[in-house]
Amino acid sequence: MTLELGPNQQPAHTRHGSSIGQPLTRRDGFLKVTGTARFAADNHPPGMLYAALAVSSIARGRVVSLDVEAAKAHSGVVEVMTPLNRPALAADPDAKDHPFMFRLDLLQNDRVRYPNQSIAVVIAQTLEAATEGAALLSPRYEVLPARVGLDGAEGFVPRGVGVGGPAVQQKGDVEAGLESARTRIEATYETPAQYHNAMEPHAIVAAWDGDRLSIDTPSQGLAMAQGRIAGLFGIAPQNVHIRSPFLGGGFGSKGMISGPQVLGILAAKLVGRPVKLVLRREQMFGPVGHRAPTRQTLRMGMDGEGRLTAISHHARTTSSTFDDFFEPAADASHTLYASPAIATSHDAVRLDTGTPLFMRAPGEATGSIALESAIDEAAHACGMDPLEFRLRNYAEVEPMTGKPFSSKALRECYEQAAERFGWASRPLQPRRMRDADGFLTGWGMGTATFPAIMFQAEARAVLRADGSGLMETGAQDMGQGAWTAFAQIAADGLGLDIDQVDFRAGSSDLPNAGIAGGSGHTATAGMAIHNAGAAVIARLADLATGNEASPLFGAGNEGVLARGGRLYRRDDESRSESYADILARAGLAEIEGRGKGAPDPASQETYAKHAHGAVFAEVKVDPDLGQIRVTRLVGAFAAGRVINPRLVRSQYYGGMIWGVSFALHEEAVTDRRSGRIQNANLADYHVPVNADVPSVEALLVHEDDPHVNALGIKGVGEIGITGTAGAVTNAVWHATGVRPRRFPIRIEDMLG
Amino acid sequence: MTSKTTIPVHLDINGQHHTLELEPRVTLLDALRDRLGLTGTKKGCDHGQCGACTVHVDGERVLACLTLAAQAEGRAITTIEGLAREGEPHPVQTAFLERDAFQCGYCTPGQIMSAVACIREGHAGSDEEIREYMAGNLCRCGAYPHIVAAVRQAALEAAS
Repeated sequence: MTLELGPNQQPAHTRHGSSIGQPLTRRDGFLKVTGTARFAADNHPPGMLYAALAVSSIARGRVVSLDVEAAKAHSGVVEVMTPLNRPALAADPDAKDHPFMFRLDLLQNDRVRYPNQSIAVVIAQTLEAATEGAALLSPRYEVLPARVGLDGAEGFVPRGVGVGGPAVQQKGDVEAGLESARTRIEATYETPAQYHNAMEPHAIVAAWDGDRLSIDTPSQGLAMAQGRIAGLFGIAPQNVHIRSPFLGGGFGSKGMISGPQVLGILAAKLVGRPVKLVLRREQMFGPVGHRAPTRQTLRMGMDGEGRLTAISHHARTTSSTFDDFFEPAADASHTLYASPAIATSHDAVRLDTGTPLFMRAPGEATGSIALESAIDEAAHACGMDPLEFRLRNYAEVEPMTGKPFSSKALRECYEQAAERFGWASRPLQPRRMRDADGFLTGWGMGTATFPAIMFQAEARAVLRADGSGLMETGAQDMGQGAWTAFAQIAADGLGLDIDQVDFRAGSSDLPNAGIAGGSGHTATAGMAIHNAGAAVIARLADLATGNEASPLFGAGNEGVLARGGRLYRRDDESRSESYADILARAGLAEIEGRGKGAPDPASQETYAKHAHGAVFAEVKVDPDLGQIRVTRLVGAFAAGRVINPRLVRSQYYGGMIWGVSFALHEEAVTDRRSGRIQNANLADYHVPVNADVPSVEALLVHEDDPHVNALGIKGVGEIGITGTAGAVTNAVWHATGVRPRRFPIRIEDMLG
Repeated sequence: MTSKTTIPVHLDINGQHHTLELEPRVTLLDALRDRLGLTGTKKGCDHGQCGACTVHVDGERVLACLTLAAQAEGRAITTIEGLAREGEPHPVQTAFLERDAFQCGYCTPGQIMSAVACIREGHAGSDEEIREYMAGNLCRCGAYPHIVAAVRQAALEAAS
């Protein structure tokens, strides 16, 4: 019999000696430090060939010719796949059945709609031959003018932004609020296109066996990828087996299966042999998503006491000419600061670019740097300390909806981080601090926030005759620590020591764990694991309490608790029985339980659910050269229950470093004539290196949340970027008196 | 693949001798990964910009993607697979594990190879020095603070 518990049932048993909350080192850590963790491109099945992608060097137009003969003549080249011989697909790659089905470029025609679009695949005995073959294709194009930049086409209001939220929202009368204000500010900020640039390029090793497909490829969403591939090839989803035990970073770019990954599958089909296809770094600037640029205008009004009377936040963003993803930047103004009137709006232009996609804190990161800058400007306009101003406008309920927060320990975050940073001694006016070397020194702050999201997930728990446990869910570890955190939740769910638990994840033949994204994986799959554990323990309790031979007979499910591999009577803990004994008496080799994780609709309706944080930054600016260095970062975050503080701290650090990068480093530069990205490599597309990163501290602020889910988990993967980017830019202002309005901040902006 | 376009290349890797028939254009990185199954060394950019492919050649850090396999002939190559001694992880590997000096783990073999050399070169004397001498290895997850802590820990152990 298989039991299944709903997602929101109360925990069946109280656990003690919890694995949850322990700072365990990573269960996959040994594999990763010894180089034995097998990433997708590390696989090499017998008979495998290498595929190399040829990509367009124009932004818009048509491929007129490819020198297929020259490529084929190169020693080692086996086949060249072009629109003329690409195997048939069961579905149109340009069809879109739902908003999260993104259109793919799978050699369906000769059209080019963005730079680095795939135009052919060369398959060869060696990587060197495939690469040279791709170079020999020497494509000729019919070129059309590229549409580039935030004003590169006519603006329109998208039907939805982000995951489909309204593009325009308002409460109250913003114009009246601005009219009545004692003080007003208006400022426009620009943020650049950014590319995820996970260290691991998208890679796939695909092998067909009849109509069964076996794939090694990194995926943040195994079940969605499985369904998408099955649909494209007209085979049953269970015929598609994807292994993704480790992702070399994802950040959103591996959330959906991308065109090049599917081309690897098509190449394997064409040649009838296993094929490996790995994107070159420069090829990742196009077909695997990016964060769209924005131009955001904020208007705020304040009364005589520094209380906001109105917030207006408009964002322009971009999408591709052929698909929809709209960065929901202005929505950042919905949740943080109390105001009687709030209006947010978006418009967009369509450009000859690859389709933008979710990138770590999509909308939240872009919106946060503009909002936190504007709040800083507003505080200064009112002559107030930025922290005092934020506390004056502290939102006791979610400003846009009026809903109470399920929990909100932001005040504690402000207090603890400010104390640790030493904020109290900050001079109000800019350009008042210099260090011993004469560098201008500035202190800035930002508020961090990210919604507590849950998706849908399932898990399967097994207790075995020897008393050990097994937990299975197709969870994805892209570095956040799923292998470890979920094993901790599983151990507690099963009432076992973690060493007694086998945990299986990272494969599409396991129960659907949903997507590793939206900072919602730990909450969602964690609840599925928790409920699966509760289900199998309930089954075990039935076996024991219903049997006269058990010391637990008659106690009932509610009358026992599970701990350390034994069930105990709640009212008399001297009476207990081991899992192994219960199963042995029942003559069972194993028992199973299943669980689901999903948001609770009732609490969704009632509460606003967000994680919060406060980040303080110190920067030093060379007064002559304008060079900016972040020298200190202190963040404090409250995000519900912490499963593993060691891993959570790493997530916060990573997010905060992305915040530094947003403010000071990364930007994809598009050539206005050709539409090509000029810095499509890791030397010219700047991401922080070790020497760019200062002392970083992240304080974990205690927060109990009884409403988000039974485990009280929010999410920690993305919040660190928000707040930090603003804190850095506000510190730059405080150091120099120059208010950055476009990002990343450039030296020339400092020199005025 | 053997043809008249290949040359014999003798490689000494982690104390083991290998003879390969390679085209001269094959990089050390691709030889390690594709010919020898030593996939611990990672390819992040193939342009010498990210450090994921860092190995040691005669004890010095080298970017395997910018080194032809033939250039490494007759020299002692050490990869991440060759760091452990008698089944015991190298102290830098242990420090990375204990300090959570990685997240996704993709850049980690290169970081560890750089860290071993950084300590051996005597460039792990302060956090600032570690940051500077580890700056050639990108980590997109942003594990830098913990990487510095791990290198510091391993350097102290090596000194004691």
